[in-house]
Amino acid sequence: MTALTPALTPTLMPTLMPTDAERDGKPLVSYWLIKAHIVAAALFLLLSMTAGFLYSLQFLGYYPFGDSEVLSAGHIRFIHTNMTAYGWLVNGFVAMMYYVVPRLTGFRVCGEGLGKLIFWVWQLIVVAALGGFFMNCAQAIEWGETPTGFRPGTFEPNWIPVDLLVVVGAVLLVVQFFTPLYKARGQKYYVTLWYFTAGLVWLALTYLMGNIIPEWILPGAAGAATTGMFIHDLVGLFVTPMGWGLMYFFVPLILQKPIWSHSLSVIGFWALAFFYPLNGVHHFLISPIPDYVEYGAIITTIAIEVVVTTVVVNFFATLRGKWSALRTNWAIRWYYAGAIMYFITCLQCAFQVTWMFQKIIHFTDWVVGHAHMIMFGVFTFWLFGTIDWLWPRITRRKWHSEKLRAWHFWLSTIGIVIMFTDLMIAGLIHGFMQKGLNPWNDILDMSVPFWWIRSFSGAMFVTGLLCFLYNLVMTARSNELYVEEEHLVPATAE
Amino acid sequence: MERFYTFIFAAGLGCFALAFVLSLVFPVISLGKYEAMEFRDLEDLAAVPKAEFVELAARYPEAFESAFGTRTATPAAYAEALQLGRDIYVGQGCWHCHSQFVRPTSNEAQRFGPVSVAQEYNNALNLPHIWGTRRVGPDLIRTHGKHTNDWHIAHFMNPKNIVPSSVMPSYKYYFEEDGTPRKNGFSLVAYIQWLGTAYEDLPESVKQENEQ
Ligand code: HEC
Repeated sequence: MTALTPALTPTLMPTLMPTDAERDGKPLVSYWLIKAHIVAAALFLLLSMTAGFLYSLQFLGYYPFGDSEVLSAGHIRFIHTNMTAYGWLVNGFVAMMYYVVPRLTGFRVCGEGLGKLIFWVWQLIVVAALGGFFMNCAQAIEWGETPTGFRPGTFEPNWIPVDLLVVVGAVLLVVQFFTPLYKARGQKYYVTLWYFTAGLVWLALTYLMGNIIPEWILPGAAGAATTGMFIHDLVGLFVTPMGWGLMYFFVPLILQKPIWSHSLSVIGFWALAFFYPLNGVHHFLISPIPDYVEYGAIITTIAIEVVVTTVVVNFFATLRGKWSALRTNWAIRWYYAGAIMYFITCLQCAFQVTWMFQKIIHFTDWVVGHAHMIMFGVFTFWLFGTIDWLWPRITRRKWHSEKLRAWHFWLSTIGIVIMFTDLMIAGLIHGFMQKGLNPWNDILDMSVPFWWIRSFSGAMFVTGLLCFLYNLVMTARSNELYVEEEHLVPATAE
Repeated sequence: MERFYTFIFAAGLGCFALAFVLSLVFPVISLGKYEAMEFRDLEDLAAVPKAEFVELAARYPEAFESAFGTRTATPAAYAEALQLGRDIYVGQGCWHCHSQFVRPTSNEAQRFGPVSVAQEYNNALNLPHIWGTRRVGPDLIRTHGKHTNDWHIAHFMNPKNIVPSSVMPSYKYYFEEDGTPRKNGFSLVAYIQWLGTAYEDLPESVKQENEQ
């Protein structure tokens, strides 16, 4: 095995270190950690989606556990969103960072023992959060219902200190990944690392801010400004940077083609860093939060749309001349389907953030559709694409079934398009009926058919996911070896 | 430029701090200047138990006593009920189906009542606020006095009995078969009947300015 000297990472194209590269006599990349996080992520995604589907049944009158306080519909909803955030996305992104960071910096992560610790801390976080929800200990912060360990506003312990654990988990992640990042500080960073470095700092800060200030320090309207920022930053400053980091790494790698424009990457990153955190208050518009703060959030949200366009243009320009990859490569398909939906969701943002739209669509299913499009249609798609590409390379087995790969993609894609359209229409009608002072039960009756379609599209996601999970397991157990495609076998370093 | 420290300090810390100041410190300063913006703690909120709570105690003396250790609706019992009721509201995710603020738009003042003002949220039962982002059911911040206790109890036990198209879950486990509330049931009803009283308690001048 050749030892590696840290390669100067080129600006437009990540270098792919050999799969079995070594550093200081140990493998550069710890594959078992990647595998462990992928498996955990997939299981929690299944739990999350099942919970989401069950919750949707509440709206049809078929919720099965209505008699149980522990399994109440409200608890199931917490599980749906929190499993998505902390069970699926965090595990998924951590797995990808284990693959990407050492290969870009040329250094190993801090330690495998630490890796094991991080793995268990995060699984403990997720499981403890589940327990907390069942015991009615959730806190009133959207996306951060994870209990703090104290009754909000007081110092009475409720013994489920998930929030403190998340902070520990975030700090451990920082230690783990900042080690190679710091060692490579002399290098010019590749785009992916910009996003990962900043994203890890943001995760810790966002979490601390969102889970402490509104709970103990700022009640009411000022607290709403904080939780608005928290909801937004968790998506915008953790999930989004991680997602784009992945795209910048894997797309050029798979296409074997540099990113089209470095300047656009620079604009995309810095505009995200600058504008995104300023958007937070847009979750509570036309509210008792002072108007000028709302205007600020509205303007920066519209500005984000410009940024998004530059990034999306950059990626489509990269694809130019390689369109056939959309037909031949599943990962690229997932990535670009996600990129299109990213553009649509962000375009939607630019409109729905205005007061004109807010009047009508806030509080309605429109927003639910929006959230699913971004969380499922974009970031989950990107993780699916990455796992699809990585799994054969990690397990060194060929994908068990091509058909199931296709089913997974098409069920998910058609499902999300149906759900998005359905909820958007339902939301508009709801909004106008609300404005028209129609009785509330008329609004409910109007919504029921849309809720049926929503449950149906949710069932499509779940079915797709089951195909995927079955395929993952069968691939890992198969004995058909995977051989790296010719053009991706890197020249041995030096 | 494209190096480690740039991304930690300029992007990670710098941009975050800027947003923190602009969208958090600024509103806090502005809100602090509002009239009648004093923070109200739980003791203050519960100092005079509302009529609905007094009625609950009178209606179910035994159950009330076993829940709160007293037969009269004392401020201490009220404080306990409000906090517990809020805990249930949060823990059961009521706030994912109900909002708690009325906007000055979309005819909401006509449907629900006076538009919300920042002052009414500056209290111990809004740590953190539960404004909500989705209205599957109607807004609840003007609920005080809208329905009787009996209505709420019947509704919590089975919403469909009261509103046939309701999709709200039943909370019958907080009540006995015959509708006598358990401790959680008392607290939930007390909390729901409290919603809106913080607004009613505001000085007339603030309300007048808001409603004109
Ligand atoms: C799945 C969504 C959902 C959840 C969860 C939910 N509700 Fe409701 N709620 C509704 C709907 C829909 C209505 C309107 C129909 C009706 O009155 O039942 C409603 C109506 C109400 C009303 C009557 C409002 C009025 O002005 O007439 C109250 C009070 C209420 N809910 C309180 C609660 C409380 C307290 C909780 C939590 C313990 C809760 N709701 C949980 C959906 C929900």
